[in-house]
Amino acid sequence: MTARDWLKGIVSGAVLGLALLAANSAGAQNKELRIYNWSDYVDPEVLDAFKTETGITVVYDTFDQMETVETKLLAGKTGYDLIVVTASFLPRHIPLGLYAPIDAAKVPNLKNAWPEIQGRLAKYDPGNRYAVNYMWGTTGIGYNVAKIRERLGPDVVIDSWKILFDPDQIKKLSNCGVHVLDAVEEMFPAALRYLGLNPDSKVEADLNRAGDLLRKIRPHIQKFHSSEYINALANGDICLAVGYSGDVLQAKKRAEEARNKVEIAYAIPKEGALMWFDSFVIPKDAGNPEAALKFIDFVNRPAMAAKNSDFIQYANGNLASQPLLSVAVRDNPGIYPPEAVMGRLYTITPYDQKSQRLVNRLWTRVKTGK
Amino acid sequence: MSASAVPAARLGRLVLAAPYLWLLLFFLAPFAMVLRIALSDADTALPPYAPHFEGIATLWSFLGKLDFENFRLLADDSLYGQTYLYSLRIAALTTLIALAIGYPLAYAIAAAPRRWRPVLLVLVVLPFWTSFLIRVYAWIGILRPEGLLDMVLGSLGLTSEPLRLLNTEAAVLIGMVYSYLPFMVLPLYATLEKLDRSLLEAAADLGAAPATAFLTVTLPLSRPGLFAGAALVFIPSVGEFVIPDLLGGPDTMMIGNLLWTTFSSRDWPLASAVAIILLVALVLPLAWLQRARLARGGGV
Repeated sequence: MTARDWLKGIVSGAVLGLALLAANSAGAQNKELRIYNWSDYVDPEVLDAFKTETGITVVYDTFDQMETVETKLLAGKTGYDLIVVTASFLPRHIPLGLYAPIDAAKVPNLKNAWPEIQGRLAKYDPGNRYAVNYMWGTTGIGYNVAKIRERLGPDVVIDSWKILFDPDQIKKLSNCGVHVLDAVEEMFPAALRYLGLNPDSKVEADLNRAGDLLRKIRPHIQKFHSSEYINALANGDICLAVGYSGDVLQAKKRAEEARNKVEIAYAIPKEGALMWFDSFVIPKDAGNPEAALKFIDFVNRPAMAAKNSDFIQYANGNLASQPLLSVAVRDNPGIYPPEAVMGRLYTITPYDQKSQRLVNRLWTRVKTGK
Repeated sequence: MSASAVPAARLGRLVLAAPYLWLLLFFLAPFAMVLRIALSDADTALPPYAPHFEGIATLWSFLGKLDFENFRLLADDSLYGQTYLYSLRIAALTTLIALAIGYPLAYAIAAAPRRWRPVLLVLVVLPFWTSFLIRVYAWIGILRPEGLLDMVLGSLGLTSEPLRLLNTEAAVLIGMVYSYLPFMVLPLYATLEKLDRSLLEAAADLGAAPATAFLTVTLPLSRPGLFAGAALVFIPSVGEFVIPDLLGGPDTMMIGNLLWTTFSSRDWPLASAVAIILLVALVLPLAWLQRARLARGGGV
């Protein structure tokens, strides 16, 4: 047999594979619900319970950057029936007519919604017409307790953005591994807040100052990535990560389960942190909106919402689920922050085209160090 | 001219036209679409750009006020130039390392007993049966601090502290060479296998040392495979996106990553301009190389 025969074999194998794939997707029927959600963001048992009860097959895909979703949405048909999007993107998407309004009559469990969260969400989706909150959380600092103590002394307290933005402090963690989110809309507000500026500022001078600050600490950052830090923290590979509250707490849980003696903690900096909301939306061209509504209703049953929160370590927008939460989740200030901390959390609005191009360039320069 | 010759000639012409049709449909048409976006403004819309011209009717008015703003931005901002150069450097290094490993490998397979060759070739191609993504992820497990590589080297007493390979340029190069090596080995093998061994015997009879014979006979004759392998490794390497994303760190941003960052932040026009420059930067040197080789009258 010659090399060419082998290549031929490979090519025909690939063609066969593609054919099977096409046949498979052609077989998709109405008994199928296609969900697109953040990675590590659901209790698989909740999905199984939904399948068993309704007979609807769930196709569940994940992403780790809101930008990935937005690119698909703006390009046209996404192929999904239900998507979880971050609220700060909604004011840009709703006027474009990307989503179908939620038919509240078909989601009776909306009565369980938490008015506090609905109120904050209405800033992005006036009248709560298009989005139903799923989970919410903060963007703060996750760290490896032992490693931080080893570098910064036994009685160090991580309670400020200083640990990240003060070059003298972050320098000490340089060779121990620091990851930050690869997301403009997370990192610029934090830098602005640390500088004492409005975290939601779109003023060019402010953004430039935030960019300068980020560039200064950049030599000490090992990686800009929006999901890898979960494993890296859990495995004890890194010291510190700027990350989403629940993701850091998932890393903590995984480390505990692995019994690898890695202790992870999460801190909401005292200067304040970004509060964000992830909400269900139904794309206008969804093939099976009825199933999507059924699913929203299902996960808004108090028991299901509590089950999800216990598993993924995020606070949900369902008030009735709170008595059912495990104590470890309900009393964790990193998940359900006390009143005083809630007051220090800030929210942001989307960038317009011009400021978006500016922050993108600044961010790319920060990342490459060029 | 006989009656049956006419359709035959027509058929012949049709067959000849097929590759051009293919080129038109799958290369030039998409290229024109991308170019059109590159000459548009970014906008909050569906899709996210405001075209400067719609079809032929407005083409002329558009030509009057050509808008190369996105290209100007690329030229003004040194970031893009540096990232292009960095991508070319990584691709060149990948190609050289793949050549250094792939040539002896291909040579050894071609020199192996005939019945062994298919097995050896399967071994080269075997990794393709696993998903590319899984293989790259596996390298994270190997290269991470206290990962597989560290454990092996540490237990052999070769290293005293963890190697910090993951998220560095070295990790990207390891991943790239690993992923693209088969593309170097297969074309090299194809030429080396066809090599007439009696030429080497003749060289030896005429007193050439094995090294001389290799440099003056084997190497020049394997040039077609060498060029093909180098091109097959170099071209996809320049635009590689997944490997630097997973194995690299902030220092290893390649043009593919920059393209994605630009694209995913709704700046389709700028991203399209980046893509067009990348294409031009790749096609022009290759076209020049091809022409130079044709002019010399050698090669494939």
